[in-house]
Amino acid sequence: MASTLEQLVDQVRENRIWRSIFRSGTGQSNLRKALVVQQNVFLHLFSIKARKRTLEFRATWYLGALTFGTFAILVITGVLLMLYYHPSVPQAYADMKDLQYVVSSGVFLRNLHRWSAHAMVFLVFTHMFKVFYRGAYRTPREFNWVVGVILLLVTLLLSYTGYLLPWDQLAYWAVTVGSNIASAVPLMGAKIRFLMLGGTAVNANALLRFYVLHCVILPLFAILFIAVHFWRIRKDGGIYAGDHSSEVSS
Amino acid sequence: MPEDAKSKPVPDCPEEMSRRQFFVKIGAGSIAAAALGTAAFSYEYLSPNVLYEPSPIVDAGKPDHYPPDSVTLDPQTAIYVVRTAEGFFALSAICTHLGCLTAYKSDLGMIACPCHGSKFNRDGVKIEGPAPRPLPWLRMWMSDEGNLMVDRSQAVAIKQLVRI
Repeated sequence: MASTLEQLVDQVRENRIWRSIFRSGTGQSNLRKALVVQQNVFLHLFSIKARKRTLEFRATWYLGALTFGTFAILVITGVLLMLYYHPSVPQAYADMKDLQYVVSSGVFLRNLHRWSAHAMVFLVFTHMFKVFYRGAYRTPREFNWVVGVILLLVTLLLSYTGYLLPWDQLAYWAVTVGSNIASAVPLMGAKIRFLMLGGTAVNANALLRFYVLHCVILPLFAILFIAVHFWRIRKDGGIYAGDHSSEVSS
Repeated sequence: MPEDAKSKPVPDCPEEMSRRQFFVKIGAGSIAAAALGTAAFSYEYLSPNVLYEPSPIVDAGKPDHYPPDSVTLDPQTAIYVVRTAEGFFALSAICTHLGCLTAYKSDLGMIACPCHGSKFNRDGVKIEGPAPRPLPWLRMWMSDEGNLMVDRSQAVAIKQLVRI
């Protein structure tokens, strides 16, 4: 039974169309396994080999992968929510209410988006603390810590810009307060606030700007730096799983 | 690739630059100029030239609408019209801390901000809380039709009452 299944899989892999897409070929050799990873545009960001120790739960608690998982959920649910949402005043609030009460599964998608957003912020911080307390930020991984800080800021900005979109009282006053904090920057504070809101008050321009930032600009930045973040794990010698010698001595 | 600069004799005068250096400088200069221009155009593009925002000048209506010795908030325009025994003045209702809309508590006789707990008396002077400045007095005048007018964009330093 198992052998016929393996034969079938191998037959598919030797198929001309399959071979035109995946060139790594058949067989169980280490070379082939390495080629599978190295020749795939997505997988080639990662190492072709990983130590078993780095894949254990205790090494990372999978916090980075879980953060990426919430990001994936946010992209999928976010794109679906965009199909019913108009970033205009006061339609945005009505659309949000429609998603909750009128659109089929709308309340599920909106809540999934919201809770995943909270979870992502939480996971980003726990990931950061885990990396900090494990000492995984040290040479040669110091630059990946910097990339992580950029991703933390992008996450917080995504969270903040998404806050305004329901266009309810909480959103309005939160962004009023937030934009006034930005205007406390010396010399150019008022200019920053003006550019941020596209005006002097939280209004239609501000809603549209936050929408474009939330749905296009910040996600693109996030995807770009996530790719760099993953790729640097390979470049910096794989996931840090602790120092073996110190574990033995202590 | 042929290295033109190396095959030719090196110029004797040290201040002269090679053709390659010259073009590198021209190229780098052009890119820098283009980048500066792009930054300037981007800034201009992102700053709206026309704002479709409500006018800062507010018609607050007839003085008779306001009972004597009262503080009246208009949440739409975020101004208080204060009527004292001597006359009228207008006070901004936007907290000087982080821009929340304040409310007048008639039982306490003070203006309170719901966001971070700043409190002001009805002259706008801070009583407590994180607000760094008093609530500004706004320019107020009487129109020809006899309506109270307020300019929200103009804070006045000298506190003057509009008398009727």
